[in-house]
Amino acid sequence: MLHGDFGRSLRTKRPVSGEIAERFMPTFWLTVTSMAWSVAIGMLIGTLSAVWRNRWPDRVGMTLAVSGISFPAFALGMLLMQIFSVQLHWLPTVGADTWRHYILPSLTLGAAVAAIMARFTRSSFVDILHEDYVRTARAKGLPETVVIVKHGLRNALIPVVTMMGLQFGFLLGGSIVVEVVFNWPGMGRLLVDAVDMRDYPVIQALVLLFSLEFVLINLIVDVLYAVINPTIRYR
Amino acid sequence: MNEQAELQPVDAEIPAVPEVAAAAVRTPWTEFWRKFRKQHVAVVAGLFVALLVVLALGAPWLVPYDAENFFDYDSLNALPSLKHWFGVDPLGRDIFSRILMGSRISLTAGFVSVAVGAVVGTAMGLVAGYYEGWSDRIIMRICDVLFAFPGIVLAIGIVAILGGGIGNVIIAVAIFSIPTFARLVRGNTLALKHLTFVEAARSIGASDWTIVVRHIFPGTIAAVVVYFSLRIGTSIITAASLSFIGMGAQPPTPEWGAMLNEARADMMTSPHVALFPSLAIFCTVLAFNLLGDGLRDALDPKIEQK
Repeated sequence: MLHGDFGRSLRTKRPVSGEIAERFMPTFWLTVTSMAWSVAIGMLIGTLSAVWRNRWPDRVGMTLAVSGISFPAFALGMLLMQIFSVQLHWLPTVGADTWRHYILPSLTLGAAVAAIMARFTRSSFVDILHEDYVRTARAKGLPETVVIVKHGLRNALIPVVTMMGLQFGFLLGGSIVVEVVFNWPGMGRLLVDAVDMRDYPVIQALVLLFSLEFVLINLIVDVLYAVINPTIRYR
Repeated sequence: MNEQAELQPVDAEIPAVPEVAAAAVRTPWTEFWRKFRKQHVAVVAGLFVALLVVLALGAPWLVPYDAENFFDYDSLNALPSLKHWFGVDPLGRDIFSRILMGSRISLTAGFVSVAVGAVVGTAMGLVAGYYEGWSDRIIMRICDVLFAFPGIVLAIGIVAILGGGIGNVIIAVAIFSIPTFARLVRGNTLALKHLTFVEAARSIGASDWTIVVRHIFPGTIAAVVVYFSLRIGTSIITAASLSFIGMGAQPPTPEWGAMLNEARADMMTSPHVALFPSLAIFCTVLAFNLLGDGLRDALDPKIEQK
């Protein structure tokens, strides 16, 4: 295994590496698109909620967020598919051929992450807004938008970036369930099929690959961390 | 000689102890209750959780029909009615009865897995934080290994080794709950063990066991309780997800995730069969999350009502 040889699949008799290679990109793009929109939307909701704390944007945002973390991905996927594919015929149901195929699975997978990011950004931002340097910035007469974006957001980002790395693991795991719902030709469905068939070489390689990806992402996050926060320098 | 200079007596001005009316003694419990009571959403969520637990315990006597073996062939796929509150599934089974029986499985899976994870994780965190040194290193490396797997992937790996079924799902979810509790408790222990009251306990000759159990552990309870209630929601979703992809409870068991998986085949003709298990999971998890948020706000000393 250390030689990069994962053996052959017990089911198809093809090399495991080949089986996985053709399934890698659909899963990769699915997680990346989900991450991108969910982080953007989550941080936006979190920031708005923190700025208008305890007012209606906060209440709406946080109600959405707590619902988002409470709604299981597979149920959300089935609901979206029922509405947009079956009833309205706007989007395709299964497969991964065009960008239109990505919309529903990506929405399903990203919803929980967007919700977690929103909650986390909010609490991080609320802490920041009580800091002395924010008061100083306001005191010297800076417009509120500059205070929020330049002094608030940049500092609030630091814990948020760490959270992003952890959430990527959640996305990788969540992709397994979402791929089953949307019959997505990715690694998650391969893993589920492999467990059903007791195809151990494939299971072993996939579990290893998922973990490797997760560890690599966290490494990248650690590096990003040092870029954003100049007070941290690894020696 | 130098040291003596630094040990000058400080101004011995002891602040006067404010007189406390006997009726208003503030214990940690009353403080908690005072803050928790103000969070109306969390109180409602807590009552809902209590109701769920009662329903789950009483389910075998409350269900109108047998959840697995009663088939009403005259009303297959029937929509909700007075006779069948949540309708009937394509096999003729009463959905309300199945949801009610399913709550036993989901609540047990959520509670037991997190409880095991919390007990083992807390013990590991206390040992690692209190002794530091090699035991800390070993325990934290084990946690790092467990952390390296994205949650559900580890659970699937464990199910692949042990085989499917709800029992193994509980074990799998418990194992991936351990490291988060261990880290949380270790952090708290490290912070607590240098405080004066712990030093005082050590100076009067208290054993390590007494210090950890009587003095440090109570200080970590608040964080563990908050995390516990937030984690139950996640665990219920994970257990249902595993059943949904066919690795947990198997049909005809009325587990909510397994019910949704069965309903998938008939989404075109009878979407209401999928609706009720989804709502059941959503409401249960939402209640636990709102309760957890409320507990956090009531127990975290950093958050004060402003």
